[in-house]
Amino acid sequence: MSLDIGAGELLAVVGENGAGKSSLMNVLYGLYHPDSGEVSVDGRSVRLKSPGDAIALGIGMVHQHFMLVPTLTVAENVVLGREPTRRGLFDWERAVREVAATCERFGFVLDPRARVDTLTVGSQQKVEIVKALHRGAQVLILDEPTAVLTPQEADELARVMRGLVAQGRTVVLISHKLKEVLGVADRIAVMRRGRLVAEVRPSETSATALAALMVGESQRAVTGHAAASGEKLPSDALMEAVGLPVRGDDGRPAPGGGEKPGDVLLEATGLQARGDNGCPALRGVDLAVREGEIVGIAGVDGNGQRELAEVLTGLRPLTAGRGTLLGGALTGLTPAQARARGVGHVPEDRLRRAVVKALSVEENIALGRHTGPPFARGLWIDFAGRRERAQTLLASYDVRPPEPTLPLQALSGGNQQKVVVARELDARPRLLVVVQPTRGLDIGAVAQVHARLREARAQGTGVVLVSLDLEEVLALADRVYVLFEGRVTGQFTRAEYDEREMGRRMLGAEQAHG
Amino acid sequence: MLEIIHRLLFATLDAAPALVFAALGAVLSERAGVVAVGVEGMMRVGAFCAAVAALVMPTPLAVGVGMLAGATLAAVHGYLCIRWRSDQVVSGIALNLVALAGGTFLLETHFGPNGTPPIQQLAPWNWPELASVPVLGALSGHAAPTYLALLLPLLLQGMLTRTPLGLRLRAVGDKPHAVATLGLSVPALRWGAVLGGGLLAGLGGAVLSTTVLDRFEQHTPAGLGFMALAAMVFGRWTPLGAFFAAAFFAFGNALRIGLASSAPGLLDVVPQGVLLALPYLLTLLVLTFQGQRNSTPASLGVPYEQESR
Repeated sequence: MSLDIGAGELLAVVGENGAGKSSLMNVLYGLYHPDSGEVSVDGRSVRLKSPGDAIALGIGMVHQHFMLVPTLTVAENVVLGREPTRRGLFDWERAVREVAATCERFGFVLDPRARVDTLTVGSQQKVEIVKALHRGAQVLILDEPTAVLTPQEADELARVMRGLVAQGRTVVLISHKLKEVLGVADRIAVMRRGRLVAEVRPSETSATALAALMVGESQRAVTGHAAASGEKLPSDALMEAVGLPVRGDDGRPAPGGGEKPGDVLLEATGLQARGDNGCPALRGVDLAVREGEIVGIAGVDGNGQRELAEVLTGLRPLTAGRGTLLGGALTGLTPAQARARGVGHVPEDRLRRAVVKALSVEENIALGRHTGPPFARGLWIDFAGRRERAQTLLASYDVRPPEPTLPLQALSGGNQQKVVVARELDARPRLLVVVQPTRGLDIGAVAQVHARLREARAQGTGVVLVSLDLEEVLALADRVYVLFEGRVTGQFTRAEYDEREMGRRMLGAEQAHG
Repeated sequence: MLEIIHRLLFATLDAAPALVFAALGAVLSERAGVVAVGVEGMMRVGAFCAAVAALVMPTPLAVGVGMLAGATLAAVHGYLCIRWRSDQVVSGIALNLVALAGGTFLLETHFGPNGTPPIQQLAPWNWPELASVPVLGALSGHAAPTYLALLLPLLLQGMLTRTPLGLRLRAVGDKPHAVATLGLSVPALRWGAVLGGGLLAGLGGAVLSTTVLDRFEQHTPAGLGFMALAAMVFGRWTPLGAFFAAAFFAFGNALRIGLASSAPGLLDVVPQGVLLALPYLLTLLVLTFQGQRNSTPASLGVPYEQESR
């Protein structure tokens, strides 16, 4: 593929997951090496052997996963690799002054003396941008920069990007959020399966047209699933999968949810728990979940969502608070008890918590239920029964390839996730805890997972959906709790949904009413 | 009373350097993110090579040979862990086993089972004016490594916290990918730290056979390398912390010897074995109560691969 990037423009590169956007940018930054083809800067062909070469040519990159050393200060992170010295020693005060000067020049508000791990995600991103600018970057590549930001932070980032372009710098924005791309870019390049399929100007296109370009041939497959599950109009599934708000959502009150609330599955007050680092991560959370509703937990990463999900599944002990979960106490809950009571769990990190990647697909499907039918008979594994159940599930969840004997790691991430969702839902849970269920999945798999969660709700399952993607929460949930620093800072029912207000709460603004 | 304190302090200053050097070597390697279980093995080859070299050359030069031997073993560790991204714990344990068996084999084939012939020890430095001062006088009369062991922790601490190189080493142990995206070489930084750690561990071993003893004995260093690791953890991966932890362990050892010699009746009540195990028990106890706090380098033991994020 070939792509020209003009000086002083804001170019957006859009495409599905796996379309090659990030690989392309890593080539430009010297992290990956092209098998063939060449990169030219200012008309001269260059070889980028390492990020050092790219930096020397004025190319800076802000990675999707921040490349910051959490234990160092902002100033140390920014000057790392080109440290100011005095008599051979690192001159910390000068580093602070230099970084403060760069921040001021580009209008960033950051404390150079602060340790990076004390900053919010939005501020850490600014540190990344300052890091690139401090090295004299003329071209700034941002890889999925808004994936972890609140709407307010995303707005501010858009202003920052426009400001840089106004100063004559070039910004390359990689994203799959079409709405934001349309609002900010001068030009949009669309990638599909490693090729450039279109270059358009925002004024000449629309989100729907872009989505169709991005998906291309796979569009038929996506709309096929959605139609088969009878959930939504094909175009809606597509729009939602690419992160656009769906017209009025499905609007259908769930059975038992909405007007006629079902039985209470979970009721908890004052939940407190510690995080992995031993500091309080939950500081008094009240929560209730009823049959047949999807309850969304929104928030910026690291505000207690993970710990809450682990408390509900018995993986993390409570330090205070009490609650009733499916007829038993929440205090002292073990994972085995949680499963026995009917809690299903689709964890955030499937390779660590949900599957054994070296085992076969059918063995993974049996995990956790391997002692009873149809997976075992008495002391022995029921190979035929297990095979049959696995085949049924693989077919109904459209796992590709539908081979029960393949090792799980041979499947793509999206198909692995389908296996996890299939297993958990096949156990007919009464309460399902899902964390970031669609992170890193392609459009088809996202639509599938969403449809299955709605289906579970329709059958009376209570779903707790933890997601960092506010749009996903808004699209699926009947009610939303916003978490900030381990407390609930906002509660919204579908009628009250307001992205701006939720964003404020995600940043810690207190609830004015209720 | 003053006499007892003087003697304990003197014994501590004599015994501590080997442990201090090994602990500093471990800190250097681990701060850059490479696990240093192999220090026991590096100490052993350092001790063996220094003792053998001292048979044919002046002892100070032989100590240098011991350091190079430690670095050589560290190079194998680096080659496996940095170049080929092997499991760092497995590699370290393998090195320890190789050093244990190889040392015994060479000892038995060349010198017999008990040890190498005696060598010229490193000469102690005496300051008569200082030696007559109570307690402080314990500082006089040690060989050069003791004074180096008092100075080096300060230098290393300064290097890690006050120089650009130190900043880069700390960064590479916490988040190597961040260092790579700034155009710095992760392997180069880690190689430097691992080789430096090997030199220091080798020095620790060489000190054992040239000052504490006057030969290489079959069991050298008898678990001192693992105590050095404990000192590193206890000292929270900082050179000064590791120094104080190592000094504390050495003091415990001096106390044991002092107890056994000044109160022989004690041996009737407490078996010799328990006294011998005392420093190790102390180490276990300290580590148990310290727990795992957040001072471990975040990427310790994680092989660095460029094309994964």
